[in-house]
Amino acid sequence: MSVVIKVDQVSKIYQLGQIGTGTLASDLASAWAGITGKDDPNKKIDDESDKSTHVALRDVSFDVNRGEVLGIIGKNGAGKSTMLKILSRITSPTSGSIKIKGRIASLLEVGTGFHPELSGRDNVFLNGAILGMTKAEVNRKFDEIVDFSGVEKFIDTPVKRYSSGMYVRLAFAVAAHLEPEILIVDEVLSVGDAEFQKKCLGKIKDVSTGDGRTVLFVSHNMEAVKNLCNRVVLLEKGGVIDIGSPATTVNAYFKRNTNYFGHVKYSATNAPGNETIILLSADLKINGGDILEIDKGVAINFEFELRQSFDEFNYSLNMFAITGEHIFNSQSASFKAEKGILKASCIIPPNLMNNGDYSISILAVNKGSMPLFNFENVLQFEIFDNRKDGKWFGEIGGAVRPKLDWIL
Amino acid sequence: MSASDKDENWSQIIRPTGGFSAFNIVELWRYRDLIILFVKRDFVSVYKQTVLGPLWHIIQPLFTTAVYVMFGAFVKIEYGGIPPVLFCLSGVVIWNYFSSCLVKTSSTFVGNANIFGKVYFPRLCIPISIVISNLMSFFIQLSLLIPVLVYCKFVKHAGIEPNVYLLAFPVLMVLLAMLGLGFGLIVSSLTVRYRDLVYFINFGIQLAIYTTPVIYPLSMLKGKAVLITSINPVTPFIEIFRYSLLGQGTFSLPAVLYGVIFSVVILIIGMIVFSRFERDFMDTV
Repeated sequence: MSVVIKVDQVSKIYQLGQIGTGTLASDLASAWAGITGKDDPNKKIDDESDKSTHVALRDVSFDVNRGEVLGIIGKNGAGKSTMLKILSRITSPTSGSIKIKGRIASLLEVGTGFHPELSGRDNVFLNGAILGMTKAEVNRKFDEIVDFSGVEKFIDTPVKRYSSGMYVRLAFAVAAHLEPEILIVDEVLSVGDAEFQKKCLGKIKDVSTGDGRTVLFVSHNMEAVKNLCNRVVLLEKGGVIDIGSPATTVNAYFKRNTNYFGHVKYSATNAPGNETIILLSADLKINGGDILEIDKGVAINFEFELRQSFDEFNYSLNMFAITGEHIFNSQSASFKAEKGILKASCIIPPNLMNNGDYSISILAVNKGSMPLFNFENVLQFEIFDNRKDGKWFGEIGGAVRPKLDWIL
Repeated sequence: MSASDKDENWSQIIRPTGGFSAFNIVELWRYRDLIILFVKRDFVSVYKQTVLGPLWHIIQPLFTTAVYVMFGAFVKIEYGGIPPVLFCLSGVVIWNYFSSCLVKTSSTFVGNANIFGKVYFPRLCIPISIVISNLMSFFIQLSLLIPVLVYCKFVKHAGIEPNVYLLAFPVLMVLLAMLGLGFGLIVSSLTVRYRDLVYFINFGIQLAIYTTPVIYPLSMLKGKAVLITSINPVTPFIEIFRYSLLGQGTFSLPAVLYGVIFSVVILIIGMIVFSRFERDFMDTV
């Protein structure tokens, strides 16, 4: 196996804040003040803030072998995009080096440089050239590209008249026929319809297995990563956390990101609540494992301290998507509650929720209609997808994804 | 670098930008198709969008020429027997090419941030394609100049003598392109840091026209004014062009050499500065 990309101790540090003042006029004023010995008119009182830096990548090293599909995963801000930008030469590293064998082409964004006034045909040539193909190469592949895109009828129409789907398909078709030795693919699965998505994934597989070319695949879509990649790099906060087989690395990713705060515990002094009730702790108990996937049930356990007794007490649990959408409300039966420690569990069955980020609020209610206290945003967690058939990797919409009975 | 690194033939090594990286002409050549396609894109987008698109290239020099001619009549500039319209227009056409090269290439980084942020190709493709696209409007303006010339010569029988120096015309255009490109590259690199520089340039280029013999013959100047106009590297090019077309102009070998050397040097400096800035540009926008 030969190494085609050797990433060696690459770091990227961004300067935060503004460098200089941003305008020539004020920089000249500063320089003049310096010469004449006056105070810099543009100097900020709090000058420290301008000097801060952000480390996007820290000593990242890994090798990529010929013919493999290497996945790069990590949360937003982990450094995936920065890594790709350096690999595709959009920006340069602050230190370290990357050695590459062969031509790299990236699908960071399909349709780059498409001009609305130009026809589909002209755009294929322009886009191909931007992506590094010569005119002869595009000529040779033109029919194949048009075929792949499925827009033959409109190939001489300006792309401004295209539907967005046609536009994306044509753009992807160009990129897919680049034939570079190394292809960088970033989140292409979010575009197009099911049929087209299948085509794309097929193309990625063909490229790597059939032609022995190398693919770097960056995605948030763990299902696709697991199905397509030979090896996966997990990035977190700019560093490499794990490199290994897709199954283990994806699991490591899930474990590290299982919850934002799936467990909370308060002391008497900082506990949320009022003179009637306070929250002592809350946690998630996942049934059968430590990764919350859609087909796993979960118990949400609470511990409260009641500061007075109530004859008719109940809970009302609200589940929200992290975007703020109210998913559901579930109320407990009323019961007689004594002053002191009070425990409760709410069980969310498997195969109810869709994958996504959620938060939970719980309301303590007296006499069925009088709120005692609303504990907002008690827990936040992510429910991960767990699709096993591996045919469709796109998003499945909806707030819930219940498993219902079907009569067929 | 260890021995094993040297054994393997890496096709590309990405390193931090240190100092002034060498400018990669081989790579640029590989992307020649892209330059041609950019030119084609500019052409199509100008001519498909508006009726006034190409017309604008004619209206603008006509208006400026009219203004200069009126100004010339007002301050009684002596054009040496050349019809004032012809005199000014010939200067304006040359100057317009130079200034449009400079102004348009100077917004290379800022104007293409979107595409530069997504894909790599030699950034120099954009300014080079701009310089070529500008030839298009230059030839439109030239097609305006020629009927005026023919009219003045054969109807008005003005004393104008197109001559063998016209052969130098292609060289002249290349040098002007180099000059405009060189300045434009320097300015575009600086605009990465100083956004307001674009306004300075737009303003400055309008003033700079008065330091060239666009609206007055070089022969009428005396003293300090001669020095100022001869510092401007566009001056000898305008004079040669006018001499080749109208048979009247003032230029000397040192002045021409100055123009040629200046163009070459400014282009080299421009390319070095540009290549220094192009790789880290995306971090600063």
